[in-house]
Amino acid sequence: MKVFRDLLRDYRFFFGFWILVLMLVFASLSLFSPYDPGLWGEVPRDMRPSAEYWLGTDSNGQDIFWIATFAVRNSLTIALIAGLVSRLIAVTVGMVAGYLGGKSDRALMFVSDSLLVIPLFLMIVMLAMLIRDSMGVVSLGLLLAIFGWAWDARLIRSQILSLREREFTKTAVLSGTGTMRLVLNEYMPYSTPLIFSTLINNMAWAIGLEITLAILGLLDTSVPTLGTMLYWAISYQAVLLGRWWWVLTPIVLSILLFVALYWLSVSISEYLDPRRRIQRVGVG
Amino acid sequence: MFVRRYLIPRFIQYILVIFVGITAVFFIPRLLPNDPVLRTISELRARGATLEPGAMDKIIADLTQMYGLEGSMLDQYGAFWARLLRGDLGVSFFQFPTPVSALIGTALPWTAGLLLTTTILAWVIGNVLGAFAGYYSASRWSQGIDAVAMVIRPMPYYIFAFALLLLFAYAIRWFPVSGGAKLGMQPSYSWPFIQSVLWHSFLPALSIVILGMAVWFQTMKLVVQSVVGESYVQYARLGGVTERKIVTRYVFRNALLPQITGLALSLGLIFSGALITEIVFSYPGLGTLLYRAIINGDYNLIMGITVFSIFAITTIVLIVDLLYPLFDPRIRYS
Amino acid sequence: MEEIILKTEGLKAFYVLDVYGKQKTVKAVNDVDLAIRENEIYGIAGESGCGKTTLLKTLAAAMEPPLRIVDGRVCYHIAGADVDVSTLSQEEIRRLRLEYIAYVPQGSMSVLNPVARIKDTYRDFIESHISTQQRDEAFLLAKEHIVELGLPPKILDAYPHQLSGGMRQRVTIALATLLKPRIIIGDEPTTALDVVVQRGVVQLLKDVQRKLQNTIILVTHDMGVHANIADRIGIMYAGKIVEEGSTDKIFGDPEHPYTQYLINSLPKFGDKTPRESVPGSPPSLANLPPGCPFHPRCPHVKEICKQEMPGFTQVESNHKVACWLVGEGEHGKAA
Repeated sequence: MKVFRDLLRDYRFFFGFWILVLMLVFASLSLFSPYDPGLWGEVPRDMRPSAEYWLGTDSNGQDIFWIATFAVRNSLTIALIAGLVSRLIAVTVGMVAGYLGGKSDRALMFVSDSLLVIPLFLMIVMLAMLIRDSMGVVSLGLLLAIFGWAWDARLIRSQILSLREREFTKTAVLSGTGTMRLVLNEYMPYSTPLIFSTLINNMAWAIGLEITLAILGLLDTSVPTLGTMLYWAISYQAVLLGRWWWVLTPIVLSILLFVALYWLSVSISEYLDPRRRIQRVGVG
Repeated sequence: MFVRRYLIPRFIQYILVIFVGITAVFFIPRLLPNDPVLRTISELRARGATLEPGAMDKIIADLTQMYGLEGSMLDQYGAFWARLLRGDLGVSFFQFPTPVSALIGTALPWTAGLLLTTTILAWVIGNVLGAFAGYYSASRWSQGIDAVAMVIRPMPYYIFAFALLLLFAYAIRWFPVSGGAKLGMQPSYSWPFIQSVLWHSFLPALSIVILGMAVWFQTMKLVVQSVVGESYVQYARLGGVTERKIVTRYVFRNALLPQITGLALSLGLIFSGALITEIVFSYPGLGTLLYRAIINGDYNLIMGITVFSIFAITTIVLIVDLLYPLFDPRIRYS
Repeated sequence: MEEIILKTEGLKAFYVLDVYGKQKTVKAVNDVDLAIRENEIYGIAGESGCGKTTLLKTLAAAMEPPLRIVDGRVCYHIAGADVDVSTLSQEEIRRLRLEYIAYVPQGSMSVLNPVARIKDTYRDFIESHISTQQRDEAFLLAKEHIVELGLPPKILDAYPHQLSGGMRQRVTIALATLLKPRIIIGDEPTTALDVVVQRGVVQLLKDVQRKLQNTIILVTHDMGVHANIADRIGIMYAGKIVEEGSTDKIFGDPEHPYTQYLINSLPKFGDKTPRESVPGSPPSLANLPPGCPFHPRCPHVKEICKQEMPGFTQVESNHKVACWLVGEGEHGKAA
């Protein structure tokens, strides 16, 4: 709690936190939506923002405000699934590689190096291309999780490496503590903040890729997400036809979301270690 | 010593990464439970591709070969590599029978031109600004730029591209919002054509440069701030070395090193981002080619673009890695 | 008696930090009076975290925020007059460095610019202080100078990472003595070296001082080095000098219980009794105990020690100590 109060004194954490809370509130409004997000033509098409349709309507005949509440909800869900599942992989791999060292460690370094250099995004496109019909919220989250752990596993590994050198590890090993117990009881408390900050970065990355894949038409476009909103806007040439409100809503929402997540992560990692602020936020 | 410790591992890694990447490309279609050939055919049909019977046979043969469904898997894998090494990426299904390599060849100059200029420009400007901002981090302008960068940096390339697009399509109508050159203009080395290209590429370039600048600015600023605290800088200062020398020969020179490594590491990300930016601005490069390939279900073309990108990016990363020792004597003489 | 070349008066240098909205003051140098003479080697001793390095920074006029001088002053004696350092401009201070006051750092890996050859560092130092016409000559002199200090001339073409720790330390001493400064400040110059190399460096510093007839201020936690080289020693604890005297007096007749601990922790030839180190750990400079800062670790602590900081008692002409035990004539010498 004290950590949280300290963090709130940082304006970046303050704004990031409250924007995220607002986003969650916005997303939960979807529960009260008068329209079914799966149905088209429930409202007149291409209406400018007005008292009746706050953010206007799109060419599919959907109310942009209410569709946006679903979009934020779905995008956040995808990001959470991707983030949490890839955390499981990243933590396991990072801890195993960091603790065991040797060959398994070198193998991990190689995989992570490769994933950094190979245009991962094109690989995901190839995969998504072949399973595009089944690309819903959960399957996309899982697909992103499979690709999104390498860098963070590396970060966790290097932290475990430094913890392994500390005195308490030797004490614990000499007094017969099992490896599992040592890692879970002794290392976890140190690693939790790092894992949390990588989770935030990873969520931003997942939202970014979700939008990318959607723009490319590789998602189930009947599921409203920030990405599919943009997909429809592009397909209907919204910018050229002057329907700016259609593009503006998902763009503003995504910018708020990305800025909020980034500021949270910068603030947290600075709090963790002011000297190691150099960190990578992967948004593809 | 240097060759054994630095060069050879780089080359091995280069070969291995390409090997792993291409192998993944080979296996991805085989991971799926359904028959990828039939799937692709039906997808092509669904998208209204008009195919003569002869073309269809060739496509089925091509697909079967590309997907490794003919003969033993090992044979196919070998044949796959043999074809790639000959530079043969197969033919496009949708623009049959144009070879994929020809399509990539047409799109590549656009992407390479856009990407190289913007990446280098963003890297140089971002680093120069970040270096001064890091050195004078207490000053107002430094904090001002940092605040702007804090907002721009987290945005993905295409989100930022969209924001610019909206701004320039409605608020400020200065630049064309789509295309690579004026419609109907034939590519040539004439001044009007070049002018038109520059004019059209302004917005996509601007969006990549500004975003890249924000990223390099922030990392450089942090690196400089940490280098300023290094003992060799303190030592030079206590030796009364002039401020100008300290800034250029001690701080910036050393802060540049991690930025070179960073450039190599982030090339993949920049590349992916630039592809989507092209789509936003309908810029006729690899990104738009990829977009059309996806829309048309042209799997062979996507595979070709992916294979080509793996080669291109890893090669550029290798070149950056090989140039790095020129800047860092600790690696040159170790 | 030689003239005073550098003095501090009531010097207080604090780090004022802002940690998530809370102000934190680290009292690294807390009311220090020094009077360092010409032609002497003055040693400053104390555990790590007692403010030694901060004191050196203020002596070299190298404060950077958040460190600042809160009270008191540092004076250099230049051309027969006392000059308050805070009245000098940045450029004047830069000129004084190397020419008047030079600095020898701990010879760790990272002291020399890792991407520059040694000769480039030399060039940077020379070009910053010597006018264009005389630079070539200065560079030739520097080459001779390197040989005098027992270094092969070919090290000029080497990069720092190619040199051994001892060589790097010699390079820093060579750089510091390049322009024959009146004061040389050494910050743990022997700490990173192994014992044999240490001896060589201590001897080199001694030779340099004898030849230049200047002042060396040497900070190290290693009492053995002090015994070897220093003429006078100041013992520092929690940002204060608690005892000061000639080396003979400090080692032969230490008055402060802290000094006694420091000296007793040294190995003695032929003595096989276990060495006693100071119990407990030094206090946080951000949160000092009231009274004498040593009282929580002191074996002879009295009620007054917990309330008031003692002033100095002049034990002999060349020896003073700040301890309540001494002030009342009751010697606190450990048995």
